[in-house]
Amino acid sequence: MGKMTHREAFWDLILRIGLVAAAVFGVGMLFTIEYPPVETIQRGFRGVGLVQNYHPDTVEAQLAANQVPEAIEPADPDSGPATEVYQNVQVLGDLTDAQFIRVMTAMTEWVSPEQGCTYCHAEGEELSSDSLYTKVVARRMLQMTRDINTNWQPHVAQTGVTCYTCHRGQPVPANIWFTDPGRPHTAGLLGNPAGQNGPAPAAGLASLPSDPLTPFLMGGGKDAGIRVNSDTALPSGNRQSIKQAEWTYSLMVNMSDSLGVNCTYCHNSRSFRDWEQSSPTRASAWHGIQMVRDLNASYLEPLQSVFPPHRLGALGDVAKVNCSTCHAGVFKPLFGVSMLKDYPELAKAGGVTGVPVDPAPAAVPEPGPAQTPGAAQPPGSGQPAQ
Amino acid sequence: MAMLNFEKKYRVRGGTLIGGDLFDFWVGPFYVGFFGVTTIFFSFLGTALILYGAAIGPTWNVWQINIAPPDLKYGLGAAPLKEGGLWQLITICALGAFISWAIRQVEISRKLGMGLHVPVAFSFAIFAYISLVVIRPVLLGGWGHAFPYGILSHLDWVSNVGYQYLHFHYNPAHMLAVSFFFTTTFALSLHGSLVLAAANPPHGERVKTAEHENTFFRDTIGWSIGTLGIHRLGLFLALNAGFWSAVCIIISGPFWTRGWPEWWSWWLDLPIWR
Repeated sequence: MGKMTHREAFWDLILRIGLVAAAVFGVGMLFTIEYPPVETIQRGFRGVGLVQNYHPDTVEAQLAANQVPEAIEPADPDSGPATEVYQNVQVLGDLTDAQFIRVMTAMTEWVSPEQGCTYCHAEGEELSSDSLYTKVVARRMLQMTRDINTNWQPHVAQTGVTCYTCHRGQPVPANIWFTDPGRPHTAGLLGNPAGQNGPAPAAGLASLPSDPLTPFLMGGGKDAGIRVNSDTALPSGNRQSIKQAEWTYSLMVNMSDSLGVNCTYCHNSRSFRDWEQSSPTRASAWHGIQMVRDLNASYLEPLQSVFPPHRLGALGDVAKVNCSTCHAGVFKPLFGVSMLKDYPELAKAGGVTGVPVDPAPAAVPEPGPAQTPGAAQPPGSGQPAQ
Repeated sequence: MAMLNFEKKYRVRGGTLIGGDLFDFWVGPFYVGFFGVTTIFFSFLGTALILYGAAIGPTWNVWQINIAPPDLKYGLGAAPLKEGGLWQLITICALGAFISWAIRQVEISRKLGMGLHVPVAFSFAIFAYISLVVIRPVLLGGWGHAFPYGILSHLDWVSNVGYQYLHFHYNPAHMLAVSFFFTTTFALSLHGSLVLAAANPPHGERVKTAEHENTFFRDTIGWSIGTLGIHRLGLFLALNAGFWSAVCIIISGPFWTRGWPEWWSWWLDLPIWR
């Protein structure tokens, strides 16, 4: 080849710059991936692809983050009723004095280890005083814990939950959620992205509806439009749309990430809807969805007026629970270690109902998130997509 | 079928990679060669093993016959015949047959003094198969990660493996592969329609040549890739489709264990807008 012309030299330069850029990009990509080995768990017939995949680094980090604190010594059985020693005991009235103190000590260690007793019991006031909102919330949470352990065994089994399951040594659990106010958009049909076209942290960064929790985990009917599959091969009246399926998809990704599992943990994807082909874990998850809805509706949302504004979400809504609140990215909270067996005080049925949350009349609820522009729109059950 | 009159002069000795003159002959129109023999051997043995697997299985329904790989507990070891061992033998036969066929293509190319484009192209397809049943299972540590041999069962595998990564459309190599597949069919349809249009003028007109074909695309998009170029492009697109398909399944599991949407966090975390 002879001497290059100006034009050839120019293209030669462009080519070289392009090659260098491609090399830099390619090497950069190598830092975005994981490397073998991989731990895999087969959960179905061979060759069907019902497998869970874990990177050892992830498992190691999760094991380290899910260590259970040592149990406090069991309570002295020879002890009088707590109600004879303390005033204003509304939930734990069925405990002895020693058991009661033991629960209080454990709660402090689990929820406010740095702030201590005064996180709920105002300094210089009687222990019975309800002047701090944290005490009112704590009482409600005790009721919730007992309710879960006695009435939601289809989901929590004998493993049960304690304050630590969610709190992990923090006054506010790390994995709570608020209704997503959505991104601002212009009014009208074209302006509404329906929570899509952006990476949704709640949906594992997929471009799926950004807040599947508000429509699906805040009450609603028994299935509240989660199920979208037809149960017949040919059209026979199912009006669920692909758009509605994406809401379900978003919720399912949220559940997967909450448990650190993939879709095949519960479903055989050849038929998502068919219980016969699903793993038994799907039934557990179904009860979990019902439980989370009930906890949000019965325990968290009624605390709306109790929390100070700085504890509320962008739309003024109360902190709510989803799967990750307990599971924290693990298929069983704390890898299935039962703390409840060491704290039978939290497995009693007493005091669960009949205690007013807040002596003040219920505050006027905030404008419903469903009506707020940009907020998650619940997919209308049985209706065609908007 | 009679031999075409010019064909005889291309039936030359030599060019074999193994065995010398041993199988250097033709049966009817077919060149045999050592690798033709191995192809036949592996094909018949593999097919017979599939039939045996079907015979000891629960059904003769052709849709439902399923010869599955071993359980993961066998790792990369041999499994009992009826618990995946059959799958292992059939896989060996399949690899033997596919690779023999590619090498036979090399021998024929050498006889004809051609380039090795055909066997190279075919080896991309073999590479995709090897990725599924050898490379990825070895990287993951178990033959049980490969796909089962059955019409419906392998589709179940595809679906479930996709959902192991929550949303497979976010797999970057899958994106490339799908784009190349679509582009391949698009290019093929443009090329095929152009050739047919040139070769089928209205009644009473002469068949058109490459000049007309080039002019059509120059008028349309300002440039024509040309008669040789379109085949280079087609090969490039098709091989990339197969290659990135192989990459997209190799990286799923060995190099990424979580949901594919999550992999894109590197983009959101780029320092320029984080």
